[in-house]
Amino acid sequence: MLRDITIGQYFPGNSIIHRLDPRFKIVITILYIVMLFTGSSYICLAVGAVYTFGAILLSRIPLKMFFKSVKPLFIFLMITALINLLFMSRGNVLFHWKFIKITDEGVNTSVFMVIRIVLLIMGSSLLTYTTSPITLTDAIERLLSPLRKIKFPVHELAMMMSIALRFIPTLIEETDKIMSAQKARGAEIDTGSFTTRAKNLISILVPLFISAFRRADELATAMECRCYHGGEGRTRLRQLKSAPRDYIALGITILFLAAVIVLSRLF
Amino acid sequence: MAILETQELTYTYSMGTPFEKTAVDHVSLKIEEGEMVGVMGHTGSGKSTLIQHFNGLLKPTSGKVLLDGKDIWADKNRIRDVRFKVGLVFQYPEYQIFEETVYKDIAFGPKNMGLDEAEIKRRVHETARDIGLSEELLERSPFELSGGQKRRVAIAGVMAMEPRVLILDEPTAGLDPAGRDKILEHIKRYHERTKNTILIVSHSMEDIASFADKILVMSKAKLFCYDETVKVFARAEEISRIGLDVPQITRVFGELKHRGLDFGKEVFTVGYARDLLLRKLGEREGR
Ligand SMILES: Nc1ncnc2c1ncn2[C@@H]1O[C@H](COP(=O)(O)OP(=O)(O)OP(=O)(O)O)[C@@H](O)[C@H]1O
Ligand SMILES: [Mg+2]
Repeated sequence: MLRDITIGQYFPGNSIIHRLDPRFKIVITILYIVMLFTGSSYICLAVGAVYTFGAILLSRIPLKMFFKSVKPLFIFLMITALINLLFMSRGNVLFHWKFIKITDEGVNTSVFMVIRIVLLIMGSSLLTYTTSPITLTDAIERLLSPLRKIKFPVHELAMMMSIALRFIPTLIEETDKIMSAQKARGAEIDTGSFTTRAKNLISILVPLFISAFRRADELATAMECRCYHGGEGRTRLRQLKSAPRDYIALGITILFLAAVIVLSRLF
Repeated sequence: MAILETQELTYTYSMGTPFEKTAVDHVSLKIEEGEMVGVMGHTGSGKSTLIQHFNGLLKPTSGKVLLDGKDIWADKNRIRDVRFKVGLVFQYPEYQIFEETVYKDIAFGPKNMGLDEAEIKRRVHETARDIGLSEELLERSPFELSGGQKRRVAIAGVMAMEPRVLILDEPTAGLDPAGRDKILEHIKRYHERTKNTILIVSHSMEDIASFADKILVMSKAKLFCYDETVKVFARAEEISRIGLDVPQITRVFGELKHRGLDFGKEVFTVGYARDLLLRKLGEREGR
């Protein structure tokens, strides 16, 4: 079912990770990505994995959810691994058949890549699982606000993002409903041959677009009725405040990053 | 034999996540062929979830759904046949319309059944008549029609598959009284013509009382009761306790009885109430 898509879904909770300031969480996630990509040895990845699983444990979100977030990208992962496997020519040849040549280095890189990407997905899922989309865009707006000096439309961008995020679940729900309604009329959507499925897609897309445009229209009217006029002079309901725990979390992350950098020099 | 039957039907949304929610909880019931059943329950009581099991759109978390005594999930590949036998009209069905003409949209279901052109044509014209859409509307774009007309096009789209059981989820939601009466009138006429089993979900007791042979009441995911209309409204007090309203006229007559004017019968429709009152008045004058 469409509803089972978990990537980018918020998991309400009250753990320490949930309560961190979203601005810090974004910065920490960026540092985390740097951490995963600086190290090129397994020991660096191991440090990254310890960090990831530690954070997941603290978030009190079932580990299962994180594996679920990796699942949609499984095919992409396999393809990446395969390309690495086939096109790496360095190293000792393990297997040779016609033009296919698999080397130990190839195996090594593909395994390394897969672990790295899985960690990357799990870590960034942690950000979206523990931060509501609205808070997230709020934080992005704050982080980008210096760009306003160079006339970058920060508020507008954030508004568009929060509207888009706000409507993802609505549209998924709507798609689900329309799909059920057409299935009730015998449309073959998840069964049947490729051509009938493609044809039946029209019966879903047309109503979906119509409803999306209708919603956009309604939202625009509703915003205008409440005198929305952009970011100028707007105050916010929830002020973002940083607490000592935010600095501690940032400190720990920097420590891990430093460890990875040192380790990558040593090995 | 019952045409539709559920045995300990249970359905849980988002199993295994913090959003887990049991929307239908151990429901067992039997619906007989040819009955007109009203489905009531406060919002969120699981009505829509329940009816989506009848044509196999949702698969029970546990329990069974039987059509003609056979488990509909016994053979997964035949689930589409179940959907042709049990037609389901969703809430706000006009949002599922997508074809360029009314004719084509009504013909979508029958076409998916693999019927030939002549048969499709017969069915489209027949259902259009049943639901009160005039011939010249058939070639118009469905998007130029009024809300009530669109609703009828969508209902016709399911009726045209000639399902043995027709299920409608709040077919009158959001319509004005005139549009509402018209749709109910047409559904009633369709029922009289075809003698097919019909289930209607509705929040309006007045509506349900006026057409249903039987009433199914859901409350908090459980089956509260399922019985003949008379017997269900006889339990007026319990029903108002779970947050549902009995028809106004029933309450009036309940109060009359309370004050010593007993008609000896449960009253749900204004027409019937008028007859009773007139008769009573006639008796008085005769005396
Ligand atoms: N797709 C879904 N995912 C998760 N929960 C759902 C979903 N659909 C419904 N629910 C929940 O299941 C419960 C029953 O919903 P359902 O739609 O069956 O109620 P209903 O009786 O039809 O209500 P209404 O009268 O408002 O239409 C509700 O609490 C609802 O929040
Ligand atoms: Mg409903």
